[in-house]
Amino acid sequence: MHVAVCVKQIPDPAAPGELDASTKTLKRAGKLVMDDSDSYGVEMALQLVTEAGGGSVTVISMAPNQEVKGVKDALAMGADKAIVVTDDALQGSDSLSTAKVLAACVQRAGDVDLVLAATESTDGYTGTMPVQLAELLGLPSVTFAKKVSTDGSKVTVDRQTEAGYDEIEAPLPALVTVTAGVVEPRYPSFKAIMAAKNKPVELLSLADLGLDAGSVGWAGARQEITAITEAEARKAGEVVEDDGEAHTKIVSYLENLKVV
Amino acid sequence: MPVGKIWVVAEPAEGGVATAALELLTGARGLGSAVEVVTWGSGAQAAEALGAHGATAVFTVDTGDLLPAVLVASAIAAAIEAKGAPDAILAAQTYESRDIAGRLSAKLDLPVLTNVVGLAEDGGRLVSEHAIFGGATMVNAAFNGTSPQLFVVRPKSFAAESSGGSAPATEAITAGDTGATGTATVKAVHVEERSGPKLDEAAVVVSGGRGLGEKEKFDMIEALAKLLKGAPGASRAIVDAGWVPYAYQVGQTGKTVKPTVYIACGISGATQHMVGMKGAKHIIAINKDSEAPIFGIADLGVVGDVHKVVPKLIEALKAK
Repeated sequence: MHVAVCVKQIPDPAAPGELDASTKTLKRAGKLVMDDSDSYGVEMALQLVTEAGGGSVTVISMAPNQEVKGVKDALAMGADKAIVVTDDALQGSDSLSTAKVLAACVQRAGDVDLVLAATESTDGYTGTMPVQLAELLGLPSVTFAKKVSTDGSKVTVDRQTEAGYDEIEAPLPALVTVTAGVVEPRYPSFKAIMAAKNKPVELLSLADLGLDAGSVGWAGARQEITAITEAEARKAGEVVEDDGEAHTKIVSYLENLKVV
Repeated sequence: MPVGKIWVVAEPAEGGVATAALELLTGARGLGSAVEVVTWGSGAQAAEALGAHGATAVFTVDTGDLLPAVLVASAIAAAIEAKGAPDAILAAQTYESRDIAGRLSAKLDLPVLTNVVGLAEDGGRLVSEHAIFGGATMVNAAFNGTSPQLFVVRPKSFAAESSGGSAPATEAITAGDTGATGTATVKAVHVEERSGPKLDEAAVVVSGGRGLGEKEKFDMIEALAKLLKGAPGASRAIVDAGWVPYAYQVGQTGKTVKPTVYIACGISGATQHMVGMKGAKHIIAINKDSEAPIFGIADLGVVGDVHKVVPKLIEALKAK
């Protein structure tokens, strides 16, 4: 069982975001970390390989600036190796460009049975990249998985829906997106963190993958930011300290609105 | 030069189409010269509702027991081939429609703009609006000449309004050969019984966050929501922690809600959350940290312990 997991390296979500005035895109210059949303996919991949009785997990990622910190986080959890595409021309890549780059990575990883990704990233949250990747690879896809199992020839997924969940089956190879919270990502031990330092990380340029720089990054996105404006701020109202009776304040507020 | 024809991807729901589809139709008919719909499943029986919201043609795709996205995207690509491309295709940011837009984008090598919360026409092309940094900043974007323009629009971005139109003719369109991509099959459907209104349609939403401390405490959020005939919601933190399913999540990577009253319990107000609920008419927040950002947008803020305030609130409402 060979599972490829898409991992996005993002600016620390706890730090306030900032726009680059010249490119009008999110600044990604600082330290990057593995998107928490991807830790569920990594955990799922490790569990599926264990259940299958063996195999390997390959992390695939891209970064405009040689960054591998977030990928190391996934290796510390137990993934075996990583393929990271890093190239200045990736700056400004949209979801389709990203899918093109990651598709080349999956092909390079060779004989992948299952591709896992998060349902959406924390920073860009377009949620379209995994399905675009599946289309480019010619794979079936199942999004919003809350439970995943395989028997080596097919994948069975409990897929979150508006009304509950559906049981979906697809032949392997396939792509599945994993919703957050459905498995508990393991916390890497100190030993695992040290071991991750020696795991293979293949750094590739676009040229290495035979990709044209014009088909990715800003040029490939074929879109522009036409304006950036401050939204009208919502004003703070009354703030009260609970003296044991604050609930009555809420009740009368709701009564005024005729909600109760 | 105005925008010409727009196709709207209308997701089926409960024997008809989703409210999000009617919202999109309402938005689209104010932008394009004609609006046509692509739908599947129970959407094929919704011609009347679709017509009443401005659709002048309905194209249906038979998806059988397959997961619909691949088939619908393939059928749209084939229809573009046969009928010519519309100026724009709009899909709602819902489970199937977002996948359809993604499949279509890769199939036609077209960029797609997602998380759209508004659309306007400017010089013959559509300009989309996106909320970033928790809705504090709005960004406008447009395509550099790609056609059709492909947008994925968040539900609640437009209000559904009837146009008074009649049911248009429906026409079946079919997918081409989808090969291995079209092999994901729906084996069983599980409907979880839920009393009360849906999260994105409820007049009252009561949400819980990390401040609840443990999974079991979400019971009081559900109890309060039930008392107010509302729906329970959640912050991303407790969805990630596995306390409640993803369907409960309010925020950027979750649902946008615009209820009359939103009650945030033990939610600090990360930008991730606020972008999904700041459109509520009235916001009540209960949090023990007086510095929590949620108080910056709450109409009534209570600095206090949710474990004390919420049970008392429940008792007081029950006593009424």
